[in-house]
Amino acid sequence: MSKSFLEVDGLSKVYPDGQGGELTVFGDIRFALEKGEFVCIIGHSGCGKSTILNVLAGLDEASAGNVVMNGKEIKGPGLERGVVFQNYSLLPWKTTLNNIVFAVRARWPGWSKEKVKEHSERYLKMVGLDHALNRKPSQLSGGMRQRVSIARAFATQPELLLLDEPFGALDALTRGVIQDELVKIWEETRQTVFMITHDVDEAILLSDRIFLMSNGPNARIAESVKVNIPHPRARSTIFQNPAYHKTRDYLVDFLVNRSGSALPERDGSPKFIEPAKGVAQSKPASAETESESDTAARAVNA
Amino acid sequence: MASLNMRAAILSISFLILALGLWEMATQPPEAQTGMTEYEMLMGGAEQESRVPPPSAVIKLAWAELSNPFYDAGANDKGIGIQLAYSVYRVLTGYLAAMAIALPVGFLIGMSPLMYKALNPYIQLLRPISPLAWMPLALFIIQDSDASAIFVIFICSIWPMLLNTAFGVANVRQDWVNVARTHELGPLRTAITVILPAAAPTILTGMRISIGIAWLVIVAAEMLVGGTGIGYYVWNEWNNLDLASVIFSILMIGVVGMLLDLALGKAQKLVEYKE
Ligand SMILES: Nc1ncnc2c1ncn2[C@@H]1O[C@H](COP(=O)(O)OP(=O)(O)OP(=O)(O)O)[C@@H](O)[C@H]1O
Ligand SMILES: [Mg+2]
Repeated sequence: MSKSFLEVDGLSKVYPDGQGGELTVFGDIRFALEKGEFVCIIGHSGCGKSTILNVLAGLDEASAGNVVMNGKEIKGPGLERGVVFQNYSLLPWKTTLNNIVFAVRARWPGWSKEKVKEHSERYLKMVGLDHALNRKPSQLSGGMRQRVSIARAFATQPELLLLDEPFGALDALTRGVIQDELVKIWEETRQTVFMITHDVDEAILLSDRIFLMSNGPNARIAESVKVNIPHPRARSTIFQNPAYHKTRDYLVDFLVNRSGSALPERDGSPKFIEPAKGVAQSKPASAETESESDTAARAVNA
Repeated sequence: MASLNMRAAILSISFLILALGLWEMATQPPEAQTGMTEYEMLMGGAEQESRVPPPSAVIKLAWAELSNPFYDAGANDKGIGIQLAYSVYRVLTGYLAAMAIALPVGFLIGMSPLMYKALNPYIQLLRPISPLAWMPLALFIIQDSDASAIFVIFICSIWPMLLNTAFGVANVRQDWVNVARTHELGPLRTAITVILPAAAPTILTGMRISIGIAWLVIVAAEMLVGGTGIGYYVWNEWNNLDLASVIFSILMIGVVGMLLDLALGKAQKLVEYKE
């Protein structure tokens, strides 16, 4: 049996419930990620998404179960896993550039000063911040700070990127712009990404697969939904793809009607679902295919 | 309209002139000497000498002292600059020694809840003791008045630095510690590159409080141990009934205290950051 890049096996988290008993936030979480996959996880607030992500990051410990990456069990944090926190977590006494330099230096201690600087600047340029190198985080807007944070995570080229609601605190406009940037960086780097979001559209735009989590206590990752939309994707054109609507309807239905009762397969792994299987689409979005899928979308809506 | 600063400066100077004027008037010698009271006769007419001197006399003395602050004409006649230098030297020596202990120990207490719990009772017990209460013990053990004064400074400046360091270190945002952890920084590098800068404003606040207290205490300590220093100088001039010198040195104590505080204030600005 071929092993996946990342394997999560029987993860659970138990807290004392304050009355002498125990509260199982989530239990027997099982899933696998393949190299180069972008996976989002959606679930109602409090089901334990952040806890799972922090266990993957090595910042939190699970009550049971284990995580194996590249055949090695994860114990504690490591540079091969990069984290983008919801509140950016930039070091406020360092400039934008030095926040990245700090990370790059930690990743490659042997690099020369020039090489570190050049590498850091390249990633800041990717997120369009090459004009703000010498500003402190307090002098940046929320959107700009999150861009720095994303640049920092990508700059260290981790094998697995963990993003906890990276756009949660941003307004809709800024969020859209940065989503596009994230798509662009990811197309360039094809890193493995595990991301938490509450935004169904964001999840479809970015993911290859979407994990759906049932409500806690005792939450599970019930389903793994394939997003059958080819890369590269763009926020402005993805709506024209009929697969988009099928997928979106499926996700919303789960979150509204089924998240209370949904269960994974008997063996504990998430049910694999392809809501848009066989829907007419295949080629990447060129001008031609756009109009094609446009027609298809209208046909579906009719 | 003049700027706020301008108006404040004008007002400040007016207050100064007003206060000096009142002081000058209040200390004028009586116009006509209509014979001595019985008390004055007993005192041999010493009243003239022991009256509070007017500001003009103090300014004249200040001018003379400050134009040659470092003269040294024997044990009991040294320039104000020399006396202040002795005091500053003692303060800085005691202060730096306190820093050398308080910062690492504060770090340790801040990082380790165990150490915090273990050491906290002693700190709470020792902290409220007036630093001068240590003086007899210090004199007995150290057998040297100069070193005893330095020890008293050490003991009084250690607490604010220690507690602020511990507090600052313990309250570094977990997010920043997590950044260090996800970048696999070792304990030492985490302490230097993340915890120290994050806690620096709190630590500097403690250091600023400490230098203020140290400067307050050195005057009293030098009055006790004698020999040299601004505290000794004030006491000595009082014994000489030279009140102009007493007033002048009081002002110099204020000036130096202000400069020390200013220096630490500047350092504080350097390490401050906005979140
Ligand atoms: N120290 C604790 N003691 C008890 N329960 C805790 C503790 N920490 C977290 N929890 C519980 O664990 C659950 C999962 O928290 P987590 O932050 O992982 O949720 P989440 O899915 O990320 O939610 P959100 O979408 O709101 O961010 C919550 O229901 C919370 O109440
Ligand atoms: Mg969360």
